Amino acid sequence: MSQQVFKHPGLNLGPAHGKDNDAAEGVMFGFWVFLMSDSILFSMVFASYVTSLNSTAGGPGPHQLYDIQSVFIETLLLLASSFTFGMTSLALKYKHSKTRLIVWLAATLVLGVAFLGFELHDFCSMFAKGGVPSRSGFLSAFFDLVPLHGLHVTAACIWLICLAGQIARYGLDTKTKLGIMRLSLFWHFLDIVWIAIFSVVYLAGLT
Amino acid sequence: MSQKGNYDERDQRKHEDRSNFRSFVWDIGLLLLLTVVPAALIHWIGGMSHLSLPNGQPSDYDERAQRKQEERGEFYSYIWGIGLALLLTVVPFALVHWFPSMPRFQLFLVIGVFALVQMLAHFRFFLHIGFRQKREDLQLLLFSALLLTIMVAGTIWIMASLAQRMAMPS
Repeated sequence: MSQQVFKHPGLNLGPAHGKDNDAAEGVMFGFWVFLMSDSILFSMVFASYVTSLNSTAGGPGPHQLYDIQSVFIETLLLLASSFTFGMTSLALKYKHSKTRLIVWLAATLVLGVAFLGFELHDFCSMFAKGGVPSRSGFLSAFFDLVPLHGLHVTAACIWLICLAGQIARYGLDTKTKLGIMRLSLFWHFLDIVWIAIFSVVYLAGLT
Repeated sequence: MSQKGNYDERDQRKHEDRSNFRSFVWDIGLLLLLTVVPAALIHWIGGMSHLSLPNGQPSDYDERAQRKQEERGEFYSYIWGIGLALLLTVVPFALVHWFPSMPRFQLFLVIGVFALVQMLAHFRFFLHIGFRQKREDLQLLLFSALLLTIMVAGTIWIMASLAQRMAMPS
C-alpha cells in the first residue's frame, strides 16, 4: 500500500475521486483557517467566563443552576452525532449508496436537534430558577459562552438541511462533496468545543 | 425519631443515587445501540457483500482489496474514537457526581487532563490529524493552539492578579 498523499488536514477523499480530490486542497485548507480563528473566538469567551466566575453578585451560582444529568445526555448526543457524521464521511469517501449517506446525515441532524432541545430545556430551567443573563456578571458570561456554541450547532443544522437539499437536487458533485467534507470538519470541531464547555463550565463548576 | 428521619433521608439518597446510576447506564447503552451497533452491522454486511462480488482484472481486484482495507482502518478509527471519548467522558462525570468529597484541586486536575486527552483523541480519530499531512497544515493547528494558550492563560493570569490587588471577590 503506497503512502497516500494528504492534500489537506482531516479525512481526504483520496485519488479515487479524481478532480474532486484535487479541488478539495484549497477549499479545505481555507476552512481549517476559519475553524482555527473560530477556536480563538471561543477561547477568548472561555477566558472571559473564567475571569467572571466569582462575580455572582449574590445571585444563583453553578450549584443551584446546573443539572449534571442533562449535561451528560447532551454530551452523549453530541458525541453520537460526531460518530454518525464520521459514518457519513466514510459513505461519501467509499462511494456507498446515496441512501446510506442520506440516512447517516439525517441521523446526525436528529441527534443535533435533540442536543439543541436539551440545551434549550436547560436554559429554561435556569431562567425559572432566576438565572437570567442580566442577574450577574457570571450569568452574562455563561449566556455568552454556552449559547454561542448552541448557535454554532444551530447554524450547522441549517447548513446540513441545505446540503441535503443540494444533494437531492444536484446529486453528489464536486460542490456537494466538498460541502459534506467541510460540514464534517465543522461538526467534529463543535464537538471538541463542547468537551471544553462541559469540562470547564459544568464539571469544574459543580465540584 | 430524628434518627429514624435521618435513616429515611439516607435511604432516599441511596435510592436516588442508584436510580441516577441506572439512568446513566441507560443513556450510554442507548447511545451505543443507536449509533455504533447499526454502524458495525452495516459495515459488516457491506464487507460480506463486497467479497461475493465477481471480480474483474487481478489488478482491479488488488485495488479494491486495498481500498477495502483502508476503509476498514478508517471505520475502526471512528470506533476507537467513540470508545475512547466515551471512557474519557464518563470518568470525570462519575467522579464529579459520586465523589464530590474528593479534594477540589485533584478533581480539577482529573477533569483538565481528561478533557485534554479527549480533545487529542477527537483530533486524532475523528478529524484524522496526524503527522502524515503537509507540514504547514500541522503548523497552522499548532500555531493556533499556541496563540490560544497565550491569550487564555494571559487573560486569566492578569484578571486574577487584578482581582487580588483590588481585593475583589475571587
